[in-house]
Amino acid sequence: MIDALTVALGVTALLLAAWCGFAAYRDQPTKDWHFIGMAVVALLAMVQLVIGVVRLAGGADPRQGVAIFVAYLIGSAFAVPIAAFMSLTERTRWGSATVSAAAVVLAVLEVRLYDIWGGVGG
Amino acid sequence: MTGDSAGGETAKRAAGNPHPESTARTGLGQGPGRLLVMLYGVFTVAAASRSVYQLIAQYQEAPLAYILSAVSAAVYAFITVSLVRGGEGARKAAFVCCALELLGVLTVGTWTLADPSAFPDQTVWSDYGMGYLFIPVFLPVTGLMWLRRSRRG
Repeated sequence: MIDALTVALGVTALLLAAWCGFAAYRDQPTKDWHFIGMAVVALLAMVQLVIGVVRLAGGADPRQGVAIFVAYLIGSAFAVPIAAFMSLTERTRWGSATVSAAAVVLAVLEVRLYDIWGGVGG
Repeated sequence: MTGDSAGGETAKRAAGNPHPESTARTGLGQGPGRLLVMLYGVFTVAAASRSVYQLIAQYQEAPLAYILSAVSAAVYAFITVSLVRGGEGARKAAFVCCALELLGVLTVGTWTLADPSAFPDQTVWSDYGMGYLFIPVFLPVTGLMWLRRSRRG
Protein backbone atom coordinates (compact mmCIF):
# COMPACT_ATOMS: atom_id res chain seq x y z
CA MET A 1 0.00 0.00 0.00
CA ILE A 2 1.06 3.56 -0.32
CA ASP A 3 2.07 4.27 3.25
CA ALA A 4 1.46 8.00 3.01
CA LEU A 5 -2.18 7.45 2.04
CA THR A 6 -2.75 5.00 4.90
CA VAL A 7 -1.24 7.45 7.37
CA ALA A 8 -3.24 10.35 5.89
CA LEU A 9 -6.44 8.34 6.20
CA GLY A 10 -5.70 7.38 9.79
CA VAL A 11 -5.01 11.01 10.74
CA THR A 12 -8.00 12.51 8.88
CA ALA A 13 -10.27 9.81 10.34
CA LEU A 14 -9.16 10.73 13.86
CA LEU A 15 -9.67 14.43 13.10
CA LEU A 16 -13.18 13.67 11.84
CA ALA A 17 -13.81 11.61 14.99
CA ALA A 18 -12.69 14.48 17.21
CA TRP A 19 -14.73 17.04 15.24
CA CYS A 20 -17.96 15.03 15.31
CA GLY A 21 -17.27 13.99 18.89
CA PHE A 22 -17.08 17.69 19.76
CA ALA A 23 -20.42 18.28 18.01
CA ALA A 24 -21.94 15.45 20.04
CA TYR A 25 -20.46 16.92 23.20
CA ARG A 26 -22.08 20.28 22.37
CA ASP A 27 -25.40 18.51 21.76
CA GLN A 28 -25.42 19.29 18.04
CA PRO A 29 -26.35 17.17 15.01
CA THR A 30 -23.99 16.83 12.06
CA LYS A 31 -24.01 19.92 9.83
CA ASP A 32 -23.08 20.53 6.19
CA TRP A 33 -19.44 21.12 7.11
CA HIS A 34 -19.30 17.78 8.87
CA PHE A 35 -20.65 16.09 5.76
CA ILE A 36 -17.98 17.75 3.65
CA GLY A 37 -15.42 16.39 6.09
CA MET A 38 -16.97 12.93 5.83
CA ALA A 39 -16.89 13.20 2.04
CA VAL A 40 -13.17 13.98 2.08
CA VAL A 41 -12.39 11.01 4.32
CA ALA A 42 -14.70 8.71 2.33
CA LEU A 43 -13.08 9.83 -0.92
CA LEU A 44 -9.61 9.04 0.45
CA ALA A 45 -10.85 5.60 1.49
CA MET A 46 -12.27 4.99 -2.01
CA VAL A 47 -8.96 6.02 -3.57
CA GLN A 48 -7.22 3.62 -1.23
CA LEU A 49 -9.57 0.82 -2.27
CA VAL A 50 -8.87 1.46 -5.96
CA ILE A 51 -5.11 1.71 -5.47
CA GLY A 52 -5.13 -1.42 -3.32
CA VAL A 53 -6.98 -3.43 -5.96
CA VAL A 54 -4.73 -2.09 -8.72
CA ARG A 55 -1.64 -3.06 -6.74
CA LEU A 56 -3.07 -6.55 -6.18
CA ALA A 57 -3.82 -6.89 -9.89
CA GLY A 58 -0.23 -5.84 -10.51
CA GLY A 59 0.98 -8.87 -8.59
CA ALA A 60 1.54 -7.40 -5.13
CA ASP A 61 1.27 -9.86 -2.25
CA PRO A 62 0.04 -8.64 1.17
CA ARG A 63 1.89 -10.38 3.98
CA GLN A 64 -1.21 -11.64 5.78
CA GLY A 65 -3.15 -12.73 2.71
CA VAL A 66 -5.13 -11.23 -0.13
CA ALA A 67 -8.58 -12.10 1.25
CA ILE A 68 -8.05 -10.32 4.58
CA PHE A 69 -6.50 -7.34 2.82
CA VAL A 70 -9.45 -6.93 0.46
CA ALA A 71 -11.94 -7.39 3.32
CA TYR A 72 -10.32 -4.58 5.29
CA LEU A 73 -10.12 -2.35 2.19
CA ILE A 74 -13.86 -2.78 1.58
CA GLY A 75 -14.64 -2.25 5.26
CA SER A 76 -12.65 0.97 5.39
CA ALA A 77 -14.28 2.25 2.19
CA PHE A 78 -17.81 1.79 3.56
CA ALA A 79 -17.41 2.73 7.24
CA VAL A 80 -17.81 6.51 6.91
CA PRO A 81 -20.47 6.59 4.13
CA ILE A 82 -22.74 4.24 6.10
CA ALA A 83 -22.29 6.33 9.26
CA ALA A 84 -23.05 9.47 7.22
CA PHE A 85 -26.40 8.05 6.12
CA MET A 86 -27.18 6.98 9.67
CA SER A 87 -26.52 10.50 10.94
CA LEU A 88 -28.69 11.97 8.15
CA THR A 89 -31.73 10.26 9.64
CA GLU A 90 -30.70 10.91 13.24
CA ARG A 91 -30.72 14.70 13.65
CA THR A 92 -29.51 14.75 17.24
CA ARG A 93 -26.17 14.64 19.04
CA TRP A 94 -26.31 10.85 18.69
CA GLY A 95 -25.98 11.15 14.92
CA SER A 96 -22.71 13.02 15.52
CA ALA A 97 -21.60 10.40 18.05
CA THR A 98 -22.29 7.67 15.48
CA VAL A 99 -20.07 9.32 12.86
CA SER A 100 -17.39 9.89 15.47
CA ALA A 101 -17.40 6.20 16.44
CA ALA A 102 -17.29 5.10 12.79
CA ALA A 103 -14.29 7.37 12.17
CA VAL A 104 -12.44 5.78 15.11
CA VAL A 105 -13.25 2.36 13.62
CA LEU A 106 -11.80 3.55 10.30
CA ALA A 107 -8.58 4.69 12.00
CA VAL A 108 -8.24 1.26 13.62
CA LEU A 109 -8.85 -0.40 10.24
CA GLU A 110 -6.03 1.69 8.75
CA VAL A 111 -3.61 0.51 11.42
CA ARG A 112 -4.63 -3.08 10.69
CA LEU A 113 -4.33 -2.52 6.93
CA TYR A 114 -0.79 -1.30 7.46
CA ASP A 115 0.04 -4.52 9.35
CA ILE A 116 -1.70 -6.75 6.82
CA TRP A 117 0.12 -5.20 3.91
CA GLY A 118 3.41 -5.97 5.61
CA GLY A 119 4.49 -3.01 7.72
CA VAL A 120 7.17 -0.79 6.22
CA GLY A 121 8.07 -0.38 2.60
CA GLY A 122 4.76 -1.38 1.02
CA MET B 1 -30.46 16.60 27.25
CA THR B 2 -33.54 16.15 25.12
CA GLY B 3 -35.14 13.46 27.28
CA ASP B 4 -38.23 15.49 28.18
CA SER B 5 -38.97 16.79 24.71
CA ALA B 6 -38.41 13.33 23.23
CA GLY B 7 -40.86 11.87 25.74
CA GLY B 8 -43.41 14.57 24.92
CA GLU B 9 -42.93 14.00 21.22
CA THR B 10 -43.55 10.28 21.62
CA ALA B 11 -46.66 10.91 23.69
CA LYS B 12 -47.99 13.30 21.04
CA ARG B 13 -47.37 10.81 18.28
CA ALA B 14 -48.90 7.97 20.27
CA ALA B 15 -52.02 10.06 20.96
CA GLY B 16 -52.63 10.65 17.27
CA ASN B 17 -51.67 7.14 16.27
CA PRO B 18 -54.23 4.35 16.15
CA HIS B 19 -51.42 1.80 16.41
CA PRO B 20 -49.21 2.71 19.39
CA GLU B 21 -47.15 -0.38 18.58
CA SER B 22 -45.85 1.27 15.40
CA THR B 23 -44.42 4.24 17.33
CA ALA B 24 -42.72 1.84 19.70
CA ARG B 25 -41.24 0.05 16.72
CA THR B 26 -39.11 3.00 15.71
CA GLY B 27 -37.67 3.74 19.15
CA LEU B 28 -34.88 1.21 19.64
CA GLY B 29 -32.58 2.35 16.86
CA GLN B 30 -32.93 6.08 17.51
CA GLY B 31 -31.08 8.49 19.75
CA PRO B 32 -28.37 6.64 21.66
CA GLY B 33 -29.71 3.49 20.02
CA ARG B 34 -28.34 4.76 16.68
CA LEU B 35 -24.82 4.60 18.08
CA LEU B 36 -25.47 1.08 19.35
CA VAL B 37 -26.77 -0.02 15.95
CA MET B 38 -23.55 1.24 14.37
CA LEU B 39 -21.29 -0.49 16.88
CA TYR B 40 -23.23 -3.75 16.76
CA GLY B 41 -23.13 -3.55 12.96
CA VAL B 42 -19.36 -3.15 13.01
CA PHE B 43 -18.95 -6.10 15.35
CA THR B 44 -21.31 -8.24 13.30
CA VAL B 45 -19.22 -7.62 10.20
CA ALA B 46 -15.93 -8.04 12.09
CA ALA B 47 -16.89 -11.28 13.83
CA ALA B 48 -18.72 -12.74 10.82
CA SER B 49 -16.01 -12.06 8.23
CA ARG B 50 -13.36 -13.24 10.64
CA SER B 51 -15.11 -16.52 11.43
CA VAL B 52 -16.12 -17.23 7.81
CA TYR B 53 -12.56 -16.70 6.63
CA GLN B 54 -11.05 -18.74 9.42
CA LEU B 55 -13.56 -21.59 9.22
CA ILE B 56 -12.85 -21.92 5.50
CA ALA B 57 -9.12 -21.27 5.39
CA GLN B 58 -7.75 -22.71 8.61
CA TYR B 59 -10.42 -24.67 10.45
CA GLN B 60 -7.95 -27.27 11.78
CA GLU B 61 -5.78 -24.79 13.63
CA ALA B 62 -8.25 -23.69 16.30
CA PRO B 63 -11.73 -25.07 15.70
CA LEU B 64 -13.04 -24.03 19.12
CA ALA B 65 -11.95 -20.40 18.68
CA TYR B 66 -13.45 -20.17 15.19
CA ILE B 67 -16.76 -21.72 16.18
CA LEU B 68 -17.01 -19.33 19.12
CA SER B 69 -16.33 -16.46 16.71
CA ALA B 70 -19.17 -17.68 14.52
CA VAL B 71 -21.49 -17.89 17.54
CA SER B 72 -20.60 -14.35 18.60
CA ALA B 73 -21.21 -13.15 15.04
CA ALA B 74 -24.69 -14.67 15.12
CA VAL B 75 -25.45 -13.00 18.47
CA TYR B 76 -24.23 -9.62 17.21
CA ALA B 77 -26.23 -9.95 13.99
CA PHE B 78 -29.40 -10.80 15.90
CA ILE B 79 -29.04 -7.81 18.23
CA THR B 80 -28.34 -5.45 15.32
CA VAL B 81 -31.47 -6.60 13.49
CA SER B 82 -33.57 -6.39 16.67
CA LEU B 83 -32.43 -2.82 17.35
CA VAL B 84 -33.28 -1.74 13.81
CA ARG B 85 -36.61 -3.58 13.78
CA GLY B 86 -37.79 -2.19 17.10
CA GLY B 87 -40.95 -3.13 18.97
CA GLU B 88 -41.47 -4.80 22.31
CA GLY B 89 -40.82 -8.34 21.08
CA ALA B 90 -37.53 -7.32 19.50
CA ARG B 91 -36.60 -5.39 22.62
CA LYS B 92 -37.09 -8.47 24.81
CA ALA B 93 -35.21 -10.69 22.39
CA ALA B 94 -32.35 -8.20 22.17
CA PHE B 95 -32.28 -7.99 25.97
CA VAL B 96 -31.84 -11.75 26.26
CA CYS B 97 -29.15 -11.70 23.57
CA CYS B 98 -27.24 -8.86 25.25
CA ALA B 99 -27.27 -10.84 28.51
CA LEU B 100 -26.08 -13.88 26.55
CA GLU B 101 -23.39 -11.75 24.93
CA LEU B 102 -22.17 -10.45 28.30
CA LEU B 103 -22.12 -14.00 29.64
CA GLY B 104 -20.21 -15.12 26.55
CA VAL B 105 -17.59 -12.41 26.85
CA LEU B 106 -17.03 -13.12 30.54
CA THR B 107 -16.95 -16.89 30.05
CA VAL B 108 -14.68 -16.88 27.01
CA GLY B 109 -12.53 -14.13 28.53
CA THR B 110 -11.97 -16.15 31.69
CA TRP B 111 -11.56 -19.36 29.70
CA THR B 112 -8.84 -17.91 27.48
CA LEU B 113 -6.92 -16.69 30.51
CA ALA B 114 -7.38 -19.93 32.48
CA ASP B 115 -6.60 -22.35 29.64
CA PRO B 116 -4.76 -20.60 26.78
CA SER B 117 -3.85 -23.96 25.22
CA ALA B 118 -7.50 -24.48 24.20
CA PHE B 119 -7.21 -21.32 22.07
CA PRO B 120 -4.26 -21.37 19.67
CA ASP B 121 -5.90 -18.45 17.88
CA GLN B 122 -7.84 -15.40 19.02
CA THR B 123 -11.59 -14.92 19.09
CA VAL B 124 -13.47 -11.63 19.33
CA TRP B 125 -14.09 -12.44 22.98
CA SER B 126 -10.55 -13.59 23.92
CA ASP B 127 -9.12 -11.89 27.03
CA TYR B 128 -12.42 -10.02 27.50
CA GLY B 129 -12.09 -8.48 24.04
CA MET B 130 -8.69 -6.91 24.66
CA GLY B 131 -7.82 -7.04 20.94
CA TYR B 132 -10.92 -4.95 20.29
CA LEU B 133 -10.24 -2.22 22.87
CA PHE B 134 -12.46 -4.04 25.40
CA ILE B 135 -15.50 -2.84 23.47
CA PRO B 136 -16.98 -6.40 23.56
CA VAL B 137 -17.31 -6.02 27.36
CA PHE B 138 -18.78 -2.50 27.36
CA LEU B 139 -21.15 -3.06 24.46
CA PRO B 140 -23.53 -5.57 26.13
CA VAL B 141 -23.60 -3.52 29.36
CA THR B 142 -24.50 -0.37 27.42
CA GLY B 143 -26.98 -2.34 25.36
CA LEU B 144 -28.72 -3.73 28.44
CA MET B 145 -28.95 -0.24 29.97
CA TRP B 146 -30.38 1.21 26.77
CA LEU B 147 -32.90 -1.59 26.31
CA ARG B 148 -34.00 -1.25 29.93
CA ARG B 149 -34.47 2.49 29.57
CA SER B 150 -36.46 2.25 26.36
CA ARG B 151 -38.97 -0.13 27.89
CA ARG B 152 -42.56 1.00 27.50
CA GLY B 153 -45.55 0.94 29.84
